[in-house]
Amino acid sequence: MSTAATTPSAVFPEKHYLNATYGIRSWLLTTDHKRIALLYLVSVTAFFFVGGFFAMMIRLHLLTPNGYVLTPDMYNRMFTMHGVAMIFFFLIPSIPAVLGNFLIPLMVGAKDLAFPRINLLSWYIYIIGGAFTLYSMVTGGLDTGWTFYTPLSTVYSNSAVAPAVVGVFITGFSSILTGLNFLVTVHTMRAPGMTWFRLPLFVWAHYATSVVMILGTPVIAITLGLAAMERVFGLGFFNPAMGGDPILFQHLFWFYSHPAVYIMILPAMGVISELIPTFARKKLFGYHFVAAASLAIAVIGFLVWTHHMFLTGQSTYAAIAFSLLTFLVAIPSAVKVFNWTATLFGGSISFDTPMLYAFGFLGLFLIGGLTGLFLGCLGTDIHIHDTYFVVAHFHYIMVGGAVMGYLGGLHFWWPKITGRMYPEWLARIAALILFVGFNLTFFPQFLLGYNGMPRRYHVYPPEYQVYNVMSTAGASILAVGYLLPMIYLVWATFYGKVAGDNPWPATGLEWKTPSPPPTENFPVTPVVTWEPYDFHNRKDLGLEVGLAEAHADD
Amino acid sequence: MHRTGALYGQFETLEQQKDTATLGMWIFLVTEVMFFGGIMLAYTINRHTYFTAFAMGSSMISLPLGTTNTIVLLASSFTMAMGVWSAQTGKKKLLPIFLTLTIILGFAFFYVKYVEYSQKFHHHLVPGKTFDVNYCVNNPSKCEDISPADLDKEREELQRANAADPNLNSHAQLYFSAYFGMTGLHALHMIIGAGLLFWLLHGSLKGLYTPQWNTPVDIVGLYWHFVDIVWIYLFPLLYLIDRHR
Repeated sequence: MSTAATTPSAVFPEKHYLNATYGIRSWLLTTDHKRIALLYLVSVTAFFFVGGFFAMMIRLHLLTPNGYVLTPDMYNRMFTMHGVAMIFFFLIPSIPAVLGNFLIPLMVGAKDLAFPRINLLSWYIYIIGGAFTLYSMVTGGLDTGWTFYTPLSTVYSNSAVAPAVVGVFITGFSSILTGLNFLVTVHTMRAPGMTWFRLPLFVWAHYATSVVMILGTPVIAITLGLAAMERVFGLGFFNPAMGGDPILFQHLFWFYSHPAVYIMILPAMGVISELIPTFARKKLFGYHFVAAASLAIAVIGFLVWTHHMFLTGQSTYAAIAFSLLTFLVAIPSAVKVFNWTATLFGGSISFDTPMLYAFGFLGLFLIGGLTGLFLGCLGTDIHIHDTYFVVAHFHYIMVGGAVMGYLGGLHFWWPKITGRMYPEWLARIAALILFVGFNLTFFPQFLLGYNGMPRRYHVYPPEYQVYNVMSTAGASILAVGYLLPMIYLVWATFYGKVAGDNPWPATGLEWKTPSPPPTENFPVTPVVTWEPYDFHNRKDLGLEVGLAEAHADD
Repeated sequence: MHRTGALYGQFETLEQQKDTATLGMWIFLVTEVMFFGGIMLAYTINRHTYFTAFAMGSSMISLPLGTTNTIVLLASSFTMAMGVWSAQTGKKKLLPIFLTLTIILGFAFFYVKYVEYSQKFHHHLVPGKTFDVNYCVNNPSKCEDISPADLDKEREELQRANAADPNLNSHAQLYFSAYFGMTGLHALHMIIGAGLLFWLLHGSLKGLYTPQWNTPVDIVGLYWHFVDIVWIYLFPLLYLIDRHR
């Protein structure tokens, strides 16, 4: 279907943001949001493979019950560094800083973000924070768990905690500045006619994400700042030996780190909200509900943090309230899933690669979300707390949800970013390999956890071995699934078929400019006169007459 | 992005540019509220738990110095507001004067802070191995800056506090951790603010700011007032509550 629509306009522009200027300085000192997005793309990909390496070490070690690969101490370091690299340096910046950075100005019809130099600054802050953390990783590593619980992290750990904590502290400011930039851009930089309810849902999702970044990240910054001071100078806020309170650290930590889950998943939801209408060629069902659901998730997400701490001896009444609030946050997520499904109903569905990722997201996010309810329920949480059930749950959300959304988005917008198409069949096969590998890796972990295997242990009883072998086998398939896109997307950047302005075709403003776009994004400031995802009334998309009409009965 | 006069390339109009900068600054201040909020929460919870030690800590820091600094900062907020007004109404000669006054008051604050911090060092009230809440009472000769009457009062209060809280030394250390953490963070913001004021002063001497374009003065003003407001919260939290009870 894509070829018919693209043939007339598939020309590669002579001048675009990639060849506007040359040389290393033109990249390292750029204020172009598109180039900064590519700087982020390279750096988060590097951290993804660093984190992936640690994950492979964990899975290799757990192949046998006694784990011959790593020492127990080394095992602790591996799972800690896996978590730190993946969460703070890959998942949190991935979709916002790469796709969001590239697309939000294009989607709202602006020449750039509101503060281009702050945008570049935030990348440098990310790199400096990353350097501190990498320094910690190569000088003895980190063994506290990614949660940095005190007093282990501040008093007892013999690993390089201080540089890692400082690195995460610094990187937080990169996230704050990105969120600030997005919020202001959406408020003040919209093109004429781009009203709030004409914004793509990708932008709404990033708006909600930015709110979380703005309100949550400063709290983790001060918390980790205090923890670092405690480790270095011996302050005592979180040290029970001095009268401090480690539970206070956990409260402050999760006040950010639970909403941070929504920093990771909301942008992916935004991507899915773009993919599904495009490849079902149908207006998104319940646009306002999906937009409002993003904001509701951002707000309620701040009110559920102690569900990570049900077993810390907190008051039963507090636990009941937080359990109910946890159930409440599932509602807007469910609203989204139902609306996406309703959009599919009666749609003209095509199975291009981005859509395969969207389907993968729907199924995996559903499992991840529903198992979250098991954990939010006080009774079942006591049984499965700190087991592999939790590990499986959040990997279904983070990898099955966020990473699937990220990869789906990368494929969907790769033609816009580079002006060239990736090899479609190879990409579909890679998506399937990922899906199979992912489920084989993480589904057995639900069973392991339910049967009682605790997380973060370097050995396990032999009866758990079958599931662990399955999980490790799945992880190696998953690794192939990640390497393939990395290789063929790079290949496509140079040798792919020329994509044209709007290869799918999709309805967003970003598709109304050449691929790759010029530095100033739009030759003239666009004026928006259409509603979002309105395939019926968009004659300019070049769809065959009648196709959109056939589904006009929704 | 290219810049045409005062207008940066990503904007269509100066008005849009000003709205954007102002909104950006307000959102940044929201993040600052959350940032200070975290440490204030830690302080409040500890104050509630170690009531005696924290009241003792409050009694041991210098109210005259704290009050002086409060007055200095409020005055600097006034001169800053006058600076913003001069920029908006195009009084190009007044603006550098008010900015200079603000800078001078800022440095007066730093000087008082320096006096206060060095007292704490001499009195062994800095968290760490040498921290000793009873130091001055036990070594009156080393703390000659405290009058004998005040020292007697402190001795009596410490006796009661030590009786009420056997771990007073360690809990008072928490108080002074918070004291140095919060005032230190605030002072860091002041230092950044002073740097921004020097930058504004440089621009104002070149006559950059006009009634049509004075956004930098405006948003640095916002920042400076915010830093003052933080102090307005820190002053009662650290100095005033439960003094000498």
